[in-house]
Amino acid sequence: MTMTKPKEVNDAQFEAEVLKSETPVLVDFWAPWCGPCRMVAPLVEELADEYGPKVKFVKVNTDESFNTAASYGIRSIPTLIVFKGGQPVGQVIGFRPKNDLKRVIDQALAS
Amino acid sequence: MEEDFDVVIVGGGPAGLAAGLYTARARRRTVLLEKGVIGGQISLTERVENYPGLEAVGGFDLAQTMLRQAEGSGLETHYEAVLSLERVDPLWRVTTNDGDYRAKAVIITSGADFNRLEVPGEERLTGRGVSYCATCDAPFFAGQEVAVVGGGDSALDEGMFAARHVAKVYLIHRRDELRASRILQERVFADPKFEFVWNTVITEVLGQEQVEGVRLRELPSGEERVLPVAGVFVFIGHHPNTAYLRSLVRMDEGGHILVNEWMETDAPGLFAAGDARSNSARQVVTAAGDGATAAIAAERYISSRFPVE
Repeated sequence: MTMTKPKEVNDAQFEAEVLKSETPVLVDFWAPWCGPCRMVAPLVEELADEYGPKVKFVKVNTDESFNTAASYGIRSIPTLIVFKGGQPVGQVIGFRPKNDLKRVIDQALAS
Repeated sequence: MEEDFDVVIVGGGPAGLAAGLYTARARRRTVLLEKGVIGGQISLTERVENYPGLEAVGGFDLAQTMLRQAEGSGLETHYEAVLSLERVDPLWRVTTNDGDYRAKAVIITSGADFNRLEVPGEERLTGRGVSYCATCDAPFFAGQEVAVVGGGDSALDEGMFAARHVAKVYLIHRRDELRASRILQERVFADPKFEFVWNTVITEVLGQEQVEGVRLRELPSGEERVLPVAGVFVFIGHHPNTAYLRSLVRMDEGGHILVNEWMETDAPGLFAAGDARSNSARQVVTAAGDGATAAIAAERYISSRFPVE
């Protein structure tokens, strides 16, 4: 199985990669010191494979990209936000099993 | 779909991982069901310093090591939430949000969940300033003032972690002394970032999109005031995750499952270990010990109840 590694995006790239993206984007806000984030990461990689080109998957390191994290009011990680047309349309705070994540993504895509 | 196992373990904290290691090594086909994060409470603990043989280890790393070790011995792990158990003599049926399992023995290691303040604003602002894990969230409050609620080991441990990031920690406690271990008390009393607010409870978490403060009530005077803080970290104890077992096994009034020295409940083939059982010392090492005991008892039960023809 080939794993699609979600792309790391920083403050400077966020607008172009996420807000201006043609396809919906799932952003995984994480940091290296966060245990549950390390459990979410492989699930996000699996989801990236499963959704293929329908959804773009990116990661934002909140230690390095503090401005982006702050502007979306991130106060807890892992937080996953689905963006569509530059707007947040779905959010998950904290670790959740893969099926829960899928549900949030599917709801966001249908919105 | 229904899957058959020798042993189903409910919950992936230290008790469940130890039980899984033992039953898998006994070559009993075992699945461990976890609804959230492997490691349970310890995966949110920054450091474990009291596990014999390991001088200091990250809680998350310890849990991952336990998982690797157990899976290496043949344990299967499924991420599902258990909804109910049912005796289908001589087996147990375990129903999850994803399917059914049948097992000869079930080991309950579903542990405990943190208590909430249960005040207005708390739920709405969870993840928006209200947190139950300073280790996870404190860095987002760099340079700001936060409240930490509680007087036990977790409150102090997590408070000290928060203090490394924030400008000030108000430690809010409903009594006038801490019940945490002496060594932790010595450390917080020496930490200049701590201010202690004794005999006080939080009655409301304030803020629209983010936490902006807490309403405090002093006991016994009842006097109220608002303390502006950007975050509220809550560590006021735990309750066992056993609601799904009510009416199946005997429990104490706190909802902990009653067991004997072999972790046997009053139901055949049903064992309980770790924080979910009554009279637990609630330590990582005792939970692991419980898990091993329950696994050995389950193994004996299966051998006698299901002899190989």
